[in-house]
Amino acid sequence: MRKKIPQPHLPFFLFCSIILMPEILAAAEFTSDVTVEGRGFFHSSAYPEQRRNNCSLAVNAEFYHEFPSGSSFIIAPFFRLDSADDERTHADVREANFLYLAESWEMRMGVGKVFWGATEFVHLVDIINQTDLVEALDGEEKLGQPMIQLSIPRDWGTVDGFILPWFRERTYAGKKGRLRFPLEVDTDKVKYESGSEENHLDFALRYSHTLGDMDFGLYHFLGTSRDPVLILEPYKNGRLALIPYYEQIGQTGLDLQLVAGNWLWKGEALYRTGMGRSFAATTFGFEYTFVGIAETAMDLGLITEYVFDDRDDGRSPIVYDHDVMLGLRLAVNDADSTELLLGLIQDLEMSSKIITLEASRRMGENVKINLEGSFFVDISKKDPAYSLAEDDFVKLEVTYYF
Amino acid sequence: MRFFSLFFTCLLLSVPVGCFAESPEEKGLAIALEADRRDAGFTDFTADMLMVLRNKHGRESKREIRIRTLEVENDGDKSLSIFDTPRDVKGTAFLTFSHKVGDDDQWLYLPALKRVKRISSRNKSGSFMGSEYAYEDIASQEVEKYTYKFLREETYEGRDCFVNESYPVDLKNSGYTRLVSWRDKDEYRLWKVEYYDRKKAHLKTLTFKDYNQYLGKYWRSADMEMVNHQNGKSTKLLWTNYQFKTGLSDRNFDKNSLKRAK
Repeated sequence: MRKKIPQPHLPFFLFCSIILMPEILAAAEFTSDVTVEGRGFFHSSAYPEQRRNNCSLAVNAEFYHEFPSGSSFIIAPFFRLDSADDERTHADVREANFLYLAESWEMRMGVGKVFWGATEFVHLVDIINQTDLVEALDGEEKLGQPMIQLSIPRDWGTVDGFILPWFRERTYAGKKGRLRFPLEVDTDKVKYESGSEENHLDFALRYSHTLGDMDFGLYHFLGTSRDPVLILEPYKNGRLALIPYYEQIGQTGLDLQLVAGNWLWKGEALYRTGMGRSFAATTFGFEYTFVGIAETAMDLGLITEYVFDDRDDGRSPIVYDHDVMLGLRLAVNDADSTELLLGLIQDLEMSSKIITLEASRRMGENVKINLEGSFFVDISKKDPAYSLAEDDFVKLEVTYYF
Repeated sequence: MRFFSLFFTCLLLSVPVGCFAESPEEKGLAIALEADRRDAGFTDFTADMLMVLRNKHGRESKREIRIRTLEVENDGDKSLSIFDTPRDVKGTAFLTFSHKVGDDDQWLYLPALKRVKRISSRNKSGSFMGSEYAYEDIASQEVEKYTYKFLREETYEGRDCFVNESYPVDLKNSGYTRLVSWRDKDEYRLWKVEYYDRKKAHLKTLTFKDYNQYLGKYWRSADMEMVNHQNGKSTKLLWTNYQFKTGLSDRNFDKNSLKRAK
């Protein structure tokens, strides 16, 4: 079994650990959780190397210490062991950073995680951290990103500046894994537009503010694209494989949340330039909540979102190019925090639809159960998601929190 | 002559009614204002709250929450609530800017995704974390959010109390038609609140115990129990570690503070 310990993190991780070890051991708060996951697929696999089902074990640990000044230190490693896919067996440092809190600014140094965005289904403008795609298809699991972040909160808004010294490659399912492209993505043969490859220095500057009922953020990012173009190239012994190619881009992004009574309006938009092309993409929609339905404590949220992505150039496989998304979120509001989320993603140009189901509840004080299902229905042969057409699955996760 | 004597009698009678006696509405408001005045000037406080949810079979479920509150001049308070347990929601935080008039501003921080979500504060009657407290019960109780009517004076558990009725201004979104509260005449501390739902039926009763005084002025109950009479469930709030004037500022209540909360 090949463990993927991300190299660029190690010096940072070791440096911080050694310098602060006595402090951490003496005072750090330690928490951890262990998740056992089983994924069952309804159909046999589309490609011969794929294993049908898989189970896996994931561990999150966290050392955290806050100094009396408000400054803090965190180390949060992650590890997953998967029965089927060697690429899904992986380790990562999700966070390992020092936060310095000054009177009128704060600075985060080390491996960190930052989320930008507003919508529920598609996360277009979130760009600082690379997606840990083997973890989940929804793009919500992220790899730790080495950074120096300076944040300056003022009455007129918050300015965040980022220097991102190392690039993290996207993870892809291996040849034995399900939920992948027809051809294996060869992550050992990555190509970059920049001569300095993963050492290219990336920058981002963001302004965010709250104006009455509206929260918004506007940023510009300059550096290595987080989503690669996949190039078809000969692999070992003459077979073909997909090689990720990471371009240099400039991207301006906007995210917006607006509350109007029971309505929440959400929107994201981006404009990207690079490699002699430019394109725009947007996603927006609303969430409306019915409080206390049917004389119970339950809340029902209705979500409607739309996405349009103009990068239709055949180079990047974009699943959500012109789609509408509908969601139903039921919060039971019981002591066990039972929740249910039902989603439908309908392609507006093809027959393809994806139906998702998520249910979760707590059992006792330390156990959480999460059930998820994804169903790929009437997927068009022209759709980049066609390779997922046989991959309907349900996933059961049981997490124990120590 | 008779006309004049009648005139004078009327005049004499009308003087105390017109100039000195208050209407029940005025007296109700005066009591609420006096309670608010006595609690003003605390600047800020921090405290630890243990929330114990109990269902009708007696099964208990606990949440540990840290509370930080900042007094804002001429507007509602700012407050930050950070969850320590249950462990699956550890680090989840609510930031609320309450307002005397209009909807409060509210944000929710989800630590796993590092995501700050704006949430609708119209969800007043919704349950707070599965408890018997609605968002409007735990929100900052600004005088302007209700209208009032004094009902009577009454002895409650050995204390002389004002019994006051209040009506939510935002009737459309509140889960209540009226609240009846018992406040002692000596210190204006709340001892009991009865909540009546949209059908005017008695929904819940909140009782307060173990009052302590801080900085020689501010009274806080260490034990608050909300009993729901319709579903048989109850939720206790046990408060410890109250500290006043700790030096919190607006910086401790901005969106960055949500991400720093741990």
